[in-house]
Amino acid sequence: MRYAVIGGGPAGLYFALLAKKANPADEVLVAERNPPDATFGWGVVFSEETLGALRDADYQTYNEIAETFARWNAIDIYYRDTKIRSRGHVFTGISRKVLLNILQRRCQALGVRIDFEREVTDINEFASADLIIGADGINGLVRRTHAELFKPQIAIHPTKYVWFGSDLPLDAFTFIFRRNDHGLFQVHAYPFDARTCTFIVECPEDAWRRAGLASASEADSIAYCEDLFQPELRGRRLMSNRSLWMNFITLRQESWHRGNVVVLGDAAHTAHFSIGSGTKLAMEDSIALVDALRRHHDLDAALNDYEMERQPVVERFQEAALESSSYFEHVSRYAGFDPRQFAFNLLTRSRRITYVNLTQRDPELVRTVDSWFSAAATGSPDGAMRLSPPPMFAPFRIGEFTLPNRVAIAAGHDLDAAARAGAALVLTEFVSVTEDGRITLQTPVIDRSYQEVLRTAAERIHQSGSQVGLQLGHAGRRGSMRPRSDGVDRPLLRGGWRLIAPSPIAYTPRAALPREMVARDIDHIVKVFAASAQAAVSCAVDVLELNLAHGYLLASFISPLTNHRSDEYGGTLENRMRFPLQVVDAVRSAYPRPLMLRISASDWILGGVELDEAVEIARLLKAHGADLIHPVMGQTVWESRADYRRLFGVPASDRIRNEAGIPTLASGYVSTSDDVNTILAAGRADLCLLDL
Amino acid sequence: MNIGLGLPTTMAGVSGDLLVEWSRRADAGPFSSLGVLDRIAYQNYEPFTALAAASAVTARVRLATMIVIAPLRNTALLAKQAASVDALSGGRLTLGLAVGARGEDYQVANVDSRGRGRRFSEQLETIRDIWEEGKIGPTPKGPGPHLLVGGSSGEALARMARYGDGYMHGGGPPRAFAGAAAKALAAWSDLGRPGRPTLWGMGYFALGDGTAESGAAYLRHYYAFTGPFAEKIAAGNLTSPGAIVDFIRGYEDAGCDELMLFPTAPALDQIDRLAEVIH
Repeated sequence: MRYAVIGGGPAGLYFALLAKKANPADEVLVAERNPPDATFGWGVVFSEETLGALRDADYQTYNEIAETFARWNAIDIYYRDTKIRSRGHVFTGISRKVLLNILQRRCQALGVRIDFEREVTDINEFASADLIIGADGINGLVRRTHAELFKPQIAIHPTKYVWFGSDLPLDAFTFIFRRNDHGLFQVHAYPFDARTCTFIVECPEDAWRRAGLASASEADSIAYCEDLFQPELRGRRLMSNRSLWMNFITLRQESWHRGNVVVLGDAAHTAHFSIGSGTKLAMEDSIALVDALRRHHDLDAALNDYEMERQPVVERFQEAALESSSYFEHVSRYAGFDPRQFAFNLLTRSRRITYVNLTQRDPELVRTVDSWFSAAATGSPDGAMRLSPPPMFAPFRIGEFTLPNRVAIAAGHDLDAAARAGAALVLTEFVSVTEDGRITLQTPVIDRSYQEVLRTAAERIHQSGSQVGLQLGHAGRRGSMRPRSDGVDRPLLRGGWRLIAPSPIAYTPRAALPREMVARDIDHIVKVFAASAQAAVSCAVDVLELNLAHGYLLASFISPLTNHRSDEYGGTLENRMRFPLQVVDAVRSAYPRPLMLRISASDWILGGVELDEAVEIARLLKAHGADLIHPVMGQTVWESRADYRRLFGVPASDRIRNEAGIPTLASGYVSTSDDVNTILAAGRADLCLLDL
Repeated sequence: MNIGLGLPTTMAGVSGDLLVEWSRRADAGPFSSLGVLDRIAYQNYEPFTALAAASAVTARVRLATMIVIAPLRNTALLAKQAASVDALSGGRLTLGLAVGARGEDYQVANVDSRGRGRRFSEQLETIRDIWEEGKIGPTPKGPGPHLLVGGSSGEALARMARYGDGYMHGGGPPRAFAGAAAKALAAWSDLGRPGRPTLWGMGYFALGDGTAESGAAYLRHYYAFTGPFAEKIAAGNLTSPGAIVDFIRGYEDAGCDELMLFPTAPALDQIDRLAEVIH
């Protein structure tokens, strides 16, 4: 075999040496545009797992790498004049330059030919090679040559970042957050030998412009950052090496090979630097590719095998990297957090580490978080409790009400069974304020007989130590449907009733056309909601939840997709919110206990409500007396771009809680206690609806 | 978890006699169902026709479409065909429906593929109505054939939860099934359906000397429309008893209710070979 490797970075060199070692008779050529020691960037990070793979793949280079690398097990978080150290996270760092030198030497010893300072302009220069390996980075020639076949998706991240080195000696992966007049800046720094560290500075673009960094020279940028991070740098310098401010680019490609051309490393995929995995993924690609070539005689089968092995792994890292980058892009949202919660949130940002994982790595930190959480929840002095329950079992207080734990469950029809589940809050099914506000014939109406049922159930629920939440709503245009056991949103053929809505738009092509509400209807509905709230008080309901979500009556006023009115109830958000707020006001004055409002945080379709607007809506509801927001997603219209990824309701809860400043109940198939504890400890919600 | 066996309706040179004999043996074997695939622009038997033939020589196994591309068909006729196979087989039909993945099938059927998702939702609702209303017979006993919905997008999962009895996955390693199943459960709960959706998975197998190569070649041909992905599907063909056992265990752990294994070698010995593995 004749291999032509384009690009002499870690991925290209490691492939070359492994291929040559596997079969010394093969010809391996590496074409590198730079001279041997012109390397850019500072240090690279490896996990324990990667080191194991490197050891198995080539013991000799592993040994050399192991001799020079820096190893540490802590993450330091500098935030609001405090430093929090979390232990149990093993990392290894090595200078990129040293790594390249080790790989170059090994390549040459094995007989790999390396053409330095060779700029390849056309991959046909290697027409005689059996396999061309593109290891030439995200902007590389190989990837660009086959862009049509590889089908790249490129996402440009909004923040600015710059890659410095520093002579600051560190013994931990270090995050620094510093706010000044220009905005919030953060540092990702990690050591790669005893004396030197990589020091990445990241900030939002507007902060970067306000700071004058858009037009700053390299020296000016260094001076600015040295000044900004002077307390942590302790007089040490920042060093530049082609250090330019950039936007990170996430590259995904449908395919990584075509014919006798294959890409690996950054030429195949990238993942945001905040999870520090670029070089690791690249070298693992090299190992997988060489293994696949050894296993198969057929080149096509080998390349497929390589892709099949690596793509799922890389996708998982890319997902985690996107969660991580998104955290850093919106970190100012958490600026009010207690440092312990801030640290927990940071450490669990990529969702790869949960409460349970972190407990295994750093039980002391998790104990500290539990203790803080519990003290804050009970109003005890900070640090008073050494032994605390996990956040899921900390109480939650709203005004004078206390829920004994942080879990809510949806009761469905069987309130009694739900009462025995141990959840603090038992939420009823949708209960209608009027006969014609029912969803199906089975939907309860809050009439005398249901009030009797509710009163009895509330008594039993209270006896079991839980509290009862009544979910009140009016189905609007989603009413007059068949029972949900037969399917959802299937209109009743016989015995249906007339529907009302802000605008005459049917929910499905088969659903009945609702009548447009007039002033009299609006007044009437406000009154029945108020009367229902009074009934709730008399039934000893603890929490009242109004349903302003999922396309029901109140929701259909909020979304511009379903509200086409031209009067004072339609058009601007203020107008669309007018009727829902009238209902909230009337209910609020009739109901003195905790009031929770369920809203659709996204209509999941273009032209509908999106998260930004949902935050505004939550602010308005808070101003009108809401105690809790329960954000859900979609169902505003019949067909939408639903997205049921894991914990799909949590991002909305996180944003609303931390941007609108109101407690939230997170839902959306939260199904394990680990998820509940992670969500609560990270401050992404105050309560969770658990799907048992 | 139940194990179903696919009928080789999409492989070159398979005679009607072989399909009938295949069905007879599956009914006598340890399989809970017989499954068929669907496409138009391909050398394969039409799924309802094949299941009707199978129904005549079987008494026990469920008969499943996995899946039928609904938007290519007239809705009333589709409902009638399904109800007919269900009636002919004594209520043994499991109707799996989806929008399919091949533009070519839409072209040859002269059906616009744009807006097919929305049209499919309407079809699902209409089919249920037809079965329940009884205007278009044969009127099924009870609510009609078991109706499962396939597809991987969020829209497809919402559709499944709204109108289906469960979810049909399109194949892949257990891990892929587990991810899709979690989303199906989430959609079901989100739309407020009581209970839980039935979950079906599928895989391909070939057992015996020389079948691994021919099986991979068949899959490459069958999935050529997916481009380079066809190679991955071909590589996923289960060609040893150990691989099948691992696959079954993985699906069972992921909560699958029924796993349909489709042959990639159209020879009757495949049935006994598979039966031996799953026993």
